[in-house]
Amino acid sequence: MALRRKGKQFEWKHKHLLGLRDLSAEEITYILDTAEGFEQISTRAVKKAPALRGKVVVNLFFEDSTRTRNSFALAASRLSADIIEFTEKVSSVSKGETLLDTARNLEAMGIDIVVIRHSAAGAAKFLSKSINACVVNAGDGYCEHPTQGLLDVYTIRKIKGSLKGLKVAIVGDIMHSRVASSNMWAMSKLGAEVIFVGPPTLVPAQTGRLPVSVSYSLDEVIEKVDVINMLRVQFERLGGNPFPSVREYSHYFGLTVERMKRAKPDILVMHPGPINRGVEIESEVADGQNSVILEQVTNGVAVRMAVLFLVNQASNINK
Amino acid sequence: MKVILKSEQIGQILNDLTNRIISEKPKKLNIATVGIRSRGEILAQRLSSHLSKELGKEVPCGTLDITLYRDDLNSPHSSAQPQVRTTEIRFDIDEKIIILVDDVLYTGRSARAAMDALIDLGRPKAIRLAVLVDRIGREFPIQADYAGYKSDAAPGQLVQVNLTESDGKDEVVVE
Amino acid sequence: MIKDGWVIDPANKVDKKCDVLIIDGRIAEVAENIQKSKFATPSSREVIDATGKIVAPGLIDIHVHFREPGDEEEETIASGSAAAVAAGFTSVVCMPNTDPPIENETDVEYIHRKGRQTRKTHVYTMGAITKNREGVELAEMGFMAEAGAVGFTDDGRGVQDPTVMLRALKYAAMFDKVVAQHCQDNSFAGDGVMNSGFYSTVLGLPGIDALAEEAMLWRDIQLVKKTNVRYHAQHISTAGSVELIRAAKKESLPITCEVTPHNLLLTEECCVEYDTNYKVNPPLRTESDIKALKEAIAEGLVDALVSDHAPHLQSEKELVFLKAPFGIASLECALGLYVKALIEPGVLDWPGLISLLTAGPAGIIGIDKGTLGKGKQGDVTVIDPDAKYKIDVNNFRSKSRNCPYDGWTVTGKVERTIVGGEIRFSAD
Repeated sequence: MALRRKGKQFEWKHKHLLGLRDLSAEEITYILDTAEGFEQISTRAVKKAPALRGKVVVNLFFEDSTRTRNSFALAASRLSADIIEFTEKVSSVSKGETLLDTARNLEAMGIDIVVIRHSAAGAAKFLSKSINACVVNAGDGYCEHPTQGLLDVYTIRKIKGSLKGLKVAIVGDIMHSRVASSNMWAMSKLGAEVIFVGPPTLVPAQTGRLPVSVSYSLDEVIEKVDVINMLRVQFERLGGNPFPSVREYSHYFGLTVERMKRAKPDILVMHPGPINRGVEIESEVADGQNSVILEQVTNGVAVRMAVLFLVNQASNINK
Repeated sequence: MKVILKSEQIGQILNDLTNRIISEKPKKLNIATVGIRSRGEILAQRLSSHLSKELGKEVPCGTLDITLYRDDLNSPHSSAQPQVRTTEIRFDIDEKIIILVDDVLYTGRSARAAMDALIDLGRPKAIRLAVLVDRIGREFPIQADYAGYKSDAAPGQLVQVNLTESDGKDEVVVE
Repeated sequence: MIKDGWVIDPANKVDKKCDVLIIDGRIAEVAENIQKSKFATPSSREVIDATGKIVAPGLIDIHVHFREPGDEEEETIASGSAAAVAAGFTSVVCMPNTDPPIENETDVEYIHRKGRQTRKTHVYTMGAITKNREGVELAEMGFMAEAGAVGFTDDGRGVQDPTVMLRALKYAAMFDKVVAQHCQDNSFAGDGVMNSGFYSTVLGLPGIDALAEEAMLWRDIQLVKKTNVRYHAQHISTAGSVELIRAAKKESLPITCEVTPHNLLLTEECCVEYDTNYKVNPPLRTESDIKALKEAIAEGLVDALVSDHAPHLQSEKELVFLKAPFGIASLECALGLYVKALIEPGVLDWPGLISLLTAGPAGIIGIDKGTLGKGKQGDVTVIDPDAKYKIDVNNFRSKSRNCPYDGWTVTGKVERTIVGGEIRFSAD
């Protein structure tokens, strides 16, 4: 049953998913299209397909994260892969082993895909150059969180049909947010207009060459946007006191019921989670009718299944 | 390139398959058609509308994407990765007789993958395989219950089914 | 006896084709067509034909790290000197940021002794400004000066507290030794690992703002105005620093500065693949900074070129960019790099370049080298200015390989390095 299509069939060639900055709009769209095909596996009775049967996926997480880690674990298991969970606190890294040694040891045991989250930017790239397995970046320092970017645009595309011409605001600690970074790349490539919103102390100065515009006022922006993505302000990580108090931050940059009244009626409210209720977003808004926060989580599994499937496919090319 | 089936012949075969399916099954049994992407789905739709007309009741039709169940997914390949598409079966397949529809039955691997996919979706009462072209060269012990045209095309040749909805006209050619 | 070479000796304003005669380890004569009879003595019997080559005073690098004592696996004075001599350098100045640091006369003597034992290049050392380079209490500058230290620096760090720096300058006035500074204000530098700019944002890495260097340089210039002590700004890297130096020299302040090859050849964009061979402090900056530095060199604002040779083990550099140590080891290919950065684009000619590698650095640290004057020590470097070669880190005599120039084709090869009349390196 050879499938003959008219014209050249698109091919996914990347064995690693390190970031969205280097992907083309076509490649990003291909991932989203592939994810569509995986959605129904999560909703039917037998939540498995044999596509990655016999493959080993390692969750190499050097930073705390239940949400992303579980999402990847579910995605891998739905494709019938075996999963190894490696979390820093219970590992040899606390005994001084370097990232390189850890990865090589795992590889020596026979693994196919490594999903890595690390506090150093460039860690995923470093790993991809050091081992033969496929590498999927689940967040490297302040650099990128590509699967989050992908599931965010997938969510928007599913509801709005296309991102072309949409105005998307990303609000919060932009400077330390890899989610903002991946969002910016994916959304701008798919034709959306991205606006970073936050206090000047949390928005990087060098945005001149980036495909975004910047605003220091949420009130100014709220009426104009079709999608608003609220970032979690990580108080436990912020050094150097970029704003005086939580109270002041919420006042100027929190998504409140009052601000929602001035927003477009069909605005989508997004958040990568976990939510600081009452700080960057009020409970009623997070649970309200414009919120697609839970859909993001559902879509996350389908998108990650697509990513694991595709990188595995690419590693089969000309083996 | 040789045309082995022309438009009228294809139409005739479909009618023929419809009649054979009906004659073998009592009217009150639940049947549904499920087509294997991508030309199988078109044939399934056509078959389903023929069956609906003859039986005087709605025979549902679904589409199955078998990419994730293929047995060659993890073998080295040099090109042409299969693209994962959606499976859309909006009815419950439990206790139904599913007519699995494909354009060409050749090695039998696609039909095997389709059966595994269907079983992960539910428990049909029975699965019957209906194909437009049945060619020699089986690699798996699978046979069509309803075969349209039997082709003796040699293993190296390509049997290509073109359908109006996807390719502009109804025609089966051998290259 | 070195015959028929193009002798370039900026200290004595010599720039012509002639011969150089060395007798008993000292320069006996520099003149055209020196008579055979003059060199029939045993000690100068060897004749080097330098036709088509440049004959210069032995090159001097006043900023290298030989990691001894403490990190001998990265480099030793022996391996570093071997590398230096192969690269044409007859004198080098070690930085005191070893472990333990060089902060008293015993440490200084240790370095000198090791250097002498190796019998390759002359090894000098600077001493730390403050105890343990912590920037709090002054180190024993007096004893170190008497033991032969050629200057003071806390290199690797800058002295953060302005009152401590002021005190250091005042104290150093007693000894006529230069006080050098690695300009880095830590409050601006933070935990940065590359230049702060577009690339650090996109790559998600913390950046070192240019202000970190410029703020301290400005501060030190004010302190020099007050104390009038000789001050040397190490490895300047930004256009802003160039501006400050320009203004300071206009006021005739006793300030000198140096530039490294990587700040003339590489930009922050090189970090795009997170290759730690490009991680260095001060970091690679932008094209406009490179342009400003080249202009400064052409204008004569820069006094010396240095390699800032910083060897590291492969295992140390094989960490994520954020955690890997800073440093590029480029002593062994330095000359070719300077040619590429300055002679090829026409910023300098050979006499200009030689000056920045001989008379310039010698003047900063006050040693009687970098000259082919009569009676001076017979340190000579013979260079083939047109020879092209490919840099191959596997042939390095240095222990370390953290060099981003591997594979580069450069022009300007050292043929002979003569130290005290002895040929200590021969290219063939």
